[in-house]
Amino acid sequence: MSMADARAKVWAVVAALTVIALVVPHSNPFVILLATRALAFAILVMSLDLLLGFTGLASLGQAAYLGIGAYLTAILATRYQFGLGYDFWLVVALGMLGGAALAAMFGLLAIRATGVYFLMITLALGQCVWGLAYRWNSLTGGDNGIDLPQRPKFGIDLANAVTFFYVVLGFFAISLLILYTVTRSPFGRSLAGIRERELRMKILGYNTWLHKYLAFIIAGAFGGLSGVLWAHTAGIVSPENVVLTTSVDALLMAVLGGPGTLIGGLIGASVVLFIREYLSTLVHWWQYVLGGVYVLVILYLPGGLMSIPARIRQWRTSQSALASARRLATESQSLSSTASGGG
Amino acid sequence: MRWPSTCAKLSDKGRPGEGDATVDARFWLIQTFNGVSYGALLFLVGSGLSLIFGVMRIVNLSHGSYFLLGGYVALSVIWATGSWLLAIPVAVLTVALIGLVMERVFLRPLGFDPLRQVLLTVGFAFLFQQAALDIWTGNPFDITPPAALRRIVVIDGLHLPLYRIFMIGVALAIGLALWLIMEKTRLGATIRATVDDAQMARGVGIDTSFISMLIFALGALLAALGGVIGGAFLGVYPGLDFEMLPIAFAVVIIGGMGSLGGAAIGALIVGLADNFGKALFPEVSYFTLYAPMALILAVRPTGLFGRE
Repeated sequence: MSMADARAKVWAVVAALTVIALVVPHSNPFVILLATRALAFAILVMSLDLLLGFTGLASLGQAAYLGIGAYLTAILATRYQFGLGYDFWLVVALGMLGGAALAAMFGLLAIRATGVYFLMITLALGQCVWGLAYRWNSLTGGDNGIDLPQRPKFGIDLANAVTFFYVVLGFFAISLLILYTVTRSPFGRSLAGIRERELRMKILGYNTWLHKYLAFIIAGAFGGLSGVLWAHTAGIVSPENVVLTTSVDALLMAVLGGPGTLIGGLIGASVVLFIREYLSTLVHWWQYVLGGVYVLVILYLPGGLMSIPARIRQWRTSQSALASARRLATESQSLSSTASGGG
Repeated sequence: MRWPSTCAKLSDKGRPGEGDATVDARFWLIQTFNGVSYGALLFLVGSGLSLIFGVMRIVNLSHGSYFLLGGYVALSVIWATGSWLLAIPVAVLTVALIGLVMERVFLRPLGFDPLRQVLLTVGFAFLFQQAALDIWTGNPFDITPPAALRRIVVIDGLHLPLYRIFMIGVALAIGLALWLIMEKTRLGATIRATVDDAQMARGVGIDTSFISMLIFALGALLAALGGVIGGAFLGVYPGLDFEMLPIAFAVVIIGGMGSLGGAAIGALIVGLADNFGKALFPEVSYFTLYAPMALILAVRPTGLFGRE
């Protein structure tokens, strides 16, 4: 990708986010809610994309980090009334720290594994967190989960849907910026090298374990942040948030949007949440649409929805190449026929 | 309309006069019995998953759906004909056919990309979920086995449901049959060769594509059998698919992927851990199930009995 190309893409993303910021608040409350949810969840999907798209590690337990951030927020808010004023920012920091700490612990077990085994071990670790959330009634409220009393209020009132939307959008934009910077840094380049060929990176003298471990921790921190926001978006935290299907959702959204694109996470999250929360109110067979979209994208569009423009461009160049080849062929044919006619 | 006593328990009479020690010993006996019989069911689900992974290196996330679909198809057969005995073969063969089509039409053309395979199987799990909702509604059902199997055997004050003994018998029979096929037949030898080194197996003329198809169908069949048998005491309801899936993975991972003996040991460990975990430390019971799974994976990625 050339510099100019990359810059054009950055401007496209900035423009898209500006449009979202301007248009969404003027639409109906349902759209605002849906957009807020998609943005909060997209942070989790982006954190997963750092592992999946940039490092080549497919995690099936990413919901665990959303869970730790969300449960931390809910428990602090209900038990200690902590995090409902200016201390919300402390909870944000704690949520990220919690996610990072959990990832630091899990990473010690998981990072050594590769490919399918990494999938399995992250699945197992995610299920550990789910097991605790589901069964540890005295702490997590078990199956019922924890209802959050209210959204934080500090100068601005996050109970206002539009205000809260802007806050979540802000968090999303900052997360995107930080993750983008990370992936463009020398560290991020080394991650891509590990994704392409780990052995070669090792031979070149890179500590690939440490690189993957750090990427895992960064992903955990943003997962925690996404959890803090999700808790306040949904108003309830329950084992549903850490169950295997939530992790699977995150993985599918990342692939649907386009792995290795970061912003694809928002597209994936938006499409899935739109189908699940809006289409489901219209038709009862919405899950066929969801399953069908997944199957079709995986079969025919491995680069996700973000790869569609490139696909079209590729198709066009191949078409024009084909056309010019045909023209050349007919020209040479007529040339040779006149030549043979002349002889 | 769940039939009574699906769990073994202590006799209500004849308690007084007994020492604490005997009651204690019986508690352990009963929990062990419940754990082993649950493990028998898990073996059916886990062995199929393990075979599929061993031969094809596919992490099949629609395995839980096969389990659930097995239960649902069996219910339909029972409603139509009233025959539980007929329900078993119809259900397992239907699901085996679904598995076969999925492998041939979708998984095989995808090639060997683990991530895409995993995601494709999830996509199908969602499709199956919706199909099950449409066909069998969202209501929970139970599969009621014949009266002969609903009896309770009383041994020395221990009430043991015959059905759980039957489950252990089925698992033993299936395990034995699988073992005989794998170890004593030519087909089994080609399967083992494919598990150990697919490339080499192709090199010596084994049709590994055919083996894959066969194993995928067999795995789906075993999961469906588990669904029919387990439908009697777990029930059949939406969401059971994704509840069963991680437990089946725990079995396979602890035992080692691709190994039948490993699946048996894994099923036993998970069955017992689940029962004792729930009885002794209810608050962390699932944690006690999945934490060992993660630890085993970290230390020995191929599981306790897996080969690499």
